[in-house]
This record gives sequence, C-alpha cells and structure tokens, in this order.
Amino acid sequence: MSALPRAEHVDFGYRSGSLRSRFASARLPLRVLGVSALLLGLAVAVAVAAIRYGDYPLTAEQVLSTLLGGGEPFHRIVVLEWRLPVAIAAVAFGALLGLGGAIFQSITRNPLGSPDVIGFDAGAYTAVVVVTLVVGSGGTWSIAAAAIVGGLATAFAVYLLAWRRGVQGFRLIIVGIGVAAMLGSLNSYLITRADITDAMSVGFWSAGSIARVTWSSLTPSLVLGTVIVLAAIALSPALKRLELGDDAAITQGTRPGPVRLALLVLGVATTALVTAAAGPIGFIALVAPQLARRITRSAGVSLLAASAMGAALLAAAHLLSLLIAQVYRSIPVGLITVCLGGLYLIWLLIRETRRQAGAPR
Amino acid sequence: MIQTAPAAAPAPQHPGLHRRRAIGLVLLAAALVLACLASLAVGANPLSLEQVWRGLTEPDRSEASLIVWTLRIPRTVVGLLVGAAFGVAGALIQALTRNPLADPGILGVNAGAGFAVTVGVGVFGLSGITGYIWFAFAGAALATVLVYLIGAAGRGQVSPVTLVLAGVALGAVLGGFSTFLTLIDEQTFRSLRSWGIGSIALTDLDDTASVAPFLIVGLLLALAIAGPLDAIALGDDLAASLGTEVGRTRVLGIVAVTLLAGGGTALTGGIGFVGLMVPHVVRWFTGPDQRWILATSAVAAPVLVLLADVLGRMIARPGEIEVGIVTAIIGAPVLIALVRRSRAAGL
Repeated sequence: MSALPRAEHVDFGYRSGSLRSRFASARLPLRVLGVSALLLGLAVAVAVAAIRYGDYPLTAEQVLSTLLGGGEPFHRIVVLEWRLPVAIAAVAFGALLGLGGAIFQSITRNPLGSPDVIGFDAGAYTAVVVVTLVVGSGGTWSIAAAAIVGGLATAFAVYLLAWRRGVQGFRLIIVGIGVAAMLGSLNSYLITRADITDAMSVGFWSAGSIARVTWSSLTPSLVLGTVIVLAAIALSPALKRLELGDDAAITQGTRPGPVRLALLVLGVATTALVTAAAGPIGFIALVAPQLARRITRSAGVSLLAASAMGAALLAAAHLLSLLIAQVYRSIPVGLITVCLGGLYLIWLLIRETRRQAGAPR
Repeated sequence: MIQTAPAAAPAPQHPGLHRRRAIGLVLLAAALVLACLASLAVGANPLSLEQVWRGLTEPDRSEASLIVWTLRIPRTVVGLLVGAAFGVAGALIQALTRNPLADPGILGVNAGAGFAVTVGVGVFGLSGITGYIWFAFAGAALATVLVYLIGAAGRGQVSPVTLVLAGVALGAVLGGFSTFLTLIDEQTFRSLRSWGIGSIALTDLDDTASVAPFLIVGLLLALAIAGPLDAIALGDDLAASLGTEVGRTRVLGIVAVTLLAGGGTALTGGIGFVGLMVPHVVRWFTGPDQRWILATSAVAAPVLVLLADVLGRMIARPGEIEVGIVTAIIGAPVLIALVRRSRAAGL
C-alpha cells in the first residue's frame, strides 16, 4: 500500500473504508463485509455443530479433537469420511444457492426471481423422473446429468417464452409457474405408472437431501463451484452497472445483452450444480438475498452477503433436520427449506401488499 | 388493470352483442351435448352411438349397457358437475380479485385439498375416495380462504402477481408437508400417488350425489351475485357509490368459490387451468357482463373437461391419461399466452 493523499470524503450512504495500492483501489462497504464474515462464521460453526448428531452421537470434544487431527480411528471414519462432506456440502451448497438467487434477483430486478421459481427445479425433476422411470438408469451420475440438462433446458425455455422485447420479472415468474405446472402434471403421470419402489426413490430425490453426499460426489461439485464463484466475482462489477439500467450500463462500457446472458448462465449453473448433487433444495435462493439485504441494510442485492446468508440458512436447516431426526425421524433438508421458505414468502407478500396499500396511489 | 372493460350499470343495448351471446350459448349447448355423447361412446372399449343409445334406454345385462351405466355415466356426470364448478369458480375469482390470472388450481386450492387428504390417509388411516371427500373439502376451503386473506391483506386492490404467488407459496408449504407424510410411509405413498392428478374416472355416483348439493348451492350463489360483481369491476369505491354492498358481495363470492372449488377438488383431486381458460374464451363473445360470463362459463367448462377427458382416453388407449394432466398441458400454454399479451403486461 502506498501512502496516497486521502481523497475528499464522499458519503455513499453507508460506512465504508477504502483500500488503495499501486495497482488497484477499492471502496470497502464495511457493514456488508462485517455481516458476511459473521454469517459465514455462523454457517461454519453450525455445520461443525451438526457433525455431532446422527445415528452415532458424538460429544463436542470428540468432534473437535477429530477435526484437529486426533481422535479414535472409528471417530475419524464417522467424522471425516461420513459427516464432514455433508457439513461442507451444507455450507458450500447454501452459498452457491444464495449466490444464484442474488444474481437472478439482480437481473430480473424482482425479489421473487430465483431459479426455482422460474421452473428450474421442475425441469430437473422431470428429467430425473424420465431417466429413472422411463429409461431406467438410476445411477448417481445419470441422475446428476439429467438434472442439469433438464433444468437448463427448462430455464432456457421459460426465458425464451417470457421474452418479448426484453424480459420482465413478472412475466418470467408467471411463465415459470405455468411451465412448472405443466411439468408437474407430467411428473405425476409418470410416477403413477411406475413401479412403487422406483417411484419412492424418485420421490426421495425430489425432496432434496444433502445427507447422501460423499467425498466422491462432493469434490467435483466443489471444483465447479469454485469456478462459478470466480466467474461471478469477475462479473460482479458489470452486474452492479446493469442494476442502474441498460442505458447507464452502456455508457459505462458494459454490453447488457452478453453480460446478462453470462450472468443467467452462472445463476442457473449454481442451482444445476446443487440439484445434481443433492436434489432440489427450494427457497434458499429466493430467501437468502432478501434476508441479507435486510441485515446489511444495503439498497441492492449483495452477492457476498447473499452467499453467506445462504450458507448460514442451509447449515441451520441441516442442523434442524438432524435435531428433528433425534426426536422424531429424519426429514430431508429440502422439505425444511421449502416449508420455512414458503412461509417466509407468504409473509413477504403480505408485507408488500400492506405497504402498497398504505402508500398513496 | 381491469381485464374486463367496465360496463355501465344499465348496459347500453347492442343488438349485435345480444345476437352474439345467444348464438354463442346455443353453440356451446350443442357442443356440450356432443361432448356428453363422446364421453359415453369413447374409451378402451369404443361403442357406437347406436349401442350407447340402446344401453342407455334399455338397461339390460349386455356389455354395452354395463359399460355405459357403470363406467361412462358416472364419469360424465362428474365431468359435467365439476366442469361447471371449476369454470364458474374461476370466473368468480377473476371477477372478485380483478385478476385475469386467477384459477382455483393456480391459487393453491388443489394443494390444500391434497394436504388434507394426505393427513387423512397418513395420520387417520383413511382409505378410499369416499373417505377422502370431506378431508379434501375442508382442505380446499381452508386454502381458498387463506390465499384470499393473504392476497387481500392490502384491502381490496390486490396485484394479480401477489395473489398467484400467494397461491404458489401456500402450495409449496402444503406440498412440502404432504411430501413428507407420503415419503415416511410407503402405504400412504401408494394410495395417494394417483390422487390429486385430477381424474373424473374414480368417483362413483353416490359420492357425486353427496357433494352435488354443495356445488349447486355454489352455482346458484354465484349467479345471484353476478349483478353486483359488474359494479365491483368498476372499483370498490365506485361500486359502493352505485349502491352495491361490496363487503357482502365479496363474502358471498368467496363462499361460492369455496363451495365450488372445494367440492370439485373433493370429487376429482383438482382439475387445473379450467377456471383460468374458460372465462377468457367466453369473454370473447359475451363481453364484460358478469351474468353472461358466469352462465356461459357454466356451460362451456364442462365441454372442456369432457373433451379433455375423452382426449385422454383416446391418446393412451387402452389405458388413459387423467383429465387433469390433459387440462394442464392445454392450459399452461394458455396462461403463458395470457401473460405475453400486451394488455396483461401492464398489470
């Protein structure tokens, strides 16, 4: 860092620090950074705490000593081989979903735009149903490939159908709902015609669970996830400029069309990755950016804060599912996120309606 | 915002409009008769019209007579009743919420019924359609009221998207609970995977007879409030100044929708998109008069349901595709076309 003379103080509307060096300078939104660090810390802590629970409960000391390299051989297998990948998946997948949701909400300029709302999950589910029940190949990799292809194709179709001299958030959402309804009825048709065991296994997949994640399925996801995150970081300045409107973005040297397409691909890729590995985990992408925005009190959607919030949410849902399994029976984490996320969406809608009714028209 | 151009209370009389409405109604009635005949004749074992007629008029032990009376008559009756119920319920919701995208299925009524039935089967050990009916009714009614309350939290003027999303959110939550209940117990999964798709083939005449009174009360109630609904299309304040009792009309309307959608869902498991499509098609020739829209929807919707059912029987012969799947595959493109239209884009 060189000692450049301090520039005149500019009020950005939030507390910020600045970082200057010979090669680059950056304005640091302190609250966003602080909140994100806090949330990530929370996510990791919750995920580590969740390692304790399962069919073979461990104490906190046993978990910590095993993670730090000690512990009995059996504990090492339980913690490092079985539960650590799941814990990492909770944090990493949550962060990816939050990132994808933030990108989508920013592009559609709509708090309700998220990959699962625009029919990605429905498409992935249909493809998996077709591959397992009709084609009859139910291996992990064919399911993962089917989920990605089906989800991408559906998201693409929804986007095209909603296209009419540009894409409006509202149209995108309703078209997504229509396509999802159509695919949903196709799914139920195929499921009623299938063998009961196959149908149940597809049903379990559709509930979305990270409990089956192992190192061998996690590692490729993590590698691809890192690529996605790096690409998102590279594109985030362009995303900020697009939020100002297409015209403003053009004047700042951003080409809206290609950038938006690249961002869409990234947003869908996050969901595709998670869905392939764990099945559809709904509503994290929808909820995380909004909650993050409330906590950081920022005007727009922050990619970093949304990812951190997604990680914290999925880790918490994972812990909750394990705690419920202790007293009742195991519940796929996807069902927990769907139920809680749906309730949050309902609350959000009521609040928005109230606010609009209160505002002068 | 308003889908239907508001008609002044005593509508100016257009001779052309009257003729169009009358011709439309006659054509629809003829189509309904044809649809009923098709529904009686087409199936895994196709019958000629002559056989259908003989089976109908001279019930004996012949195969044709048995097929007509035990299989085809019950499903045709269910199709007629349920079609009218969903069509009128859709027209009512669209008028009450001034929302062209409203439909009992989209608004989560099916999910409510499905949830209640799942609880009934998974927790209380129900079995058979007869047992499902009352649970489905309660669940559908609850979902209707909940969605309306969520959507109406902002007093009257609800944005169409908000209402649809409220339905989707409620559907997601209830669907999540239902999935959980079916996944923890294979027996529940087995008995429920075919319910909720929307079939008119599984219900017998006794069950239909026990739900029919609710549907008929709902239909009459809907026709009774059709006049005030026209005024509500102008906006609540204007309607009140025209002497309409807005609050009472809304409450009666919601009661009617609950009876119709709840009863229809109880009998079939929910047939989506009928309530969405039919009022839109009907408005082409009736214009914005709610009395005509409701009455014509009651005739047109059964045509759609019966024809969709016949189509489902013809495509997958000798098996069949449930009517709810056929209507979803026809209806989703209609929904998409509606939001793509420039007028709806301004909503």
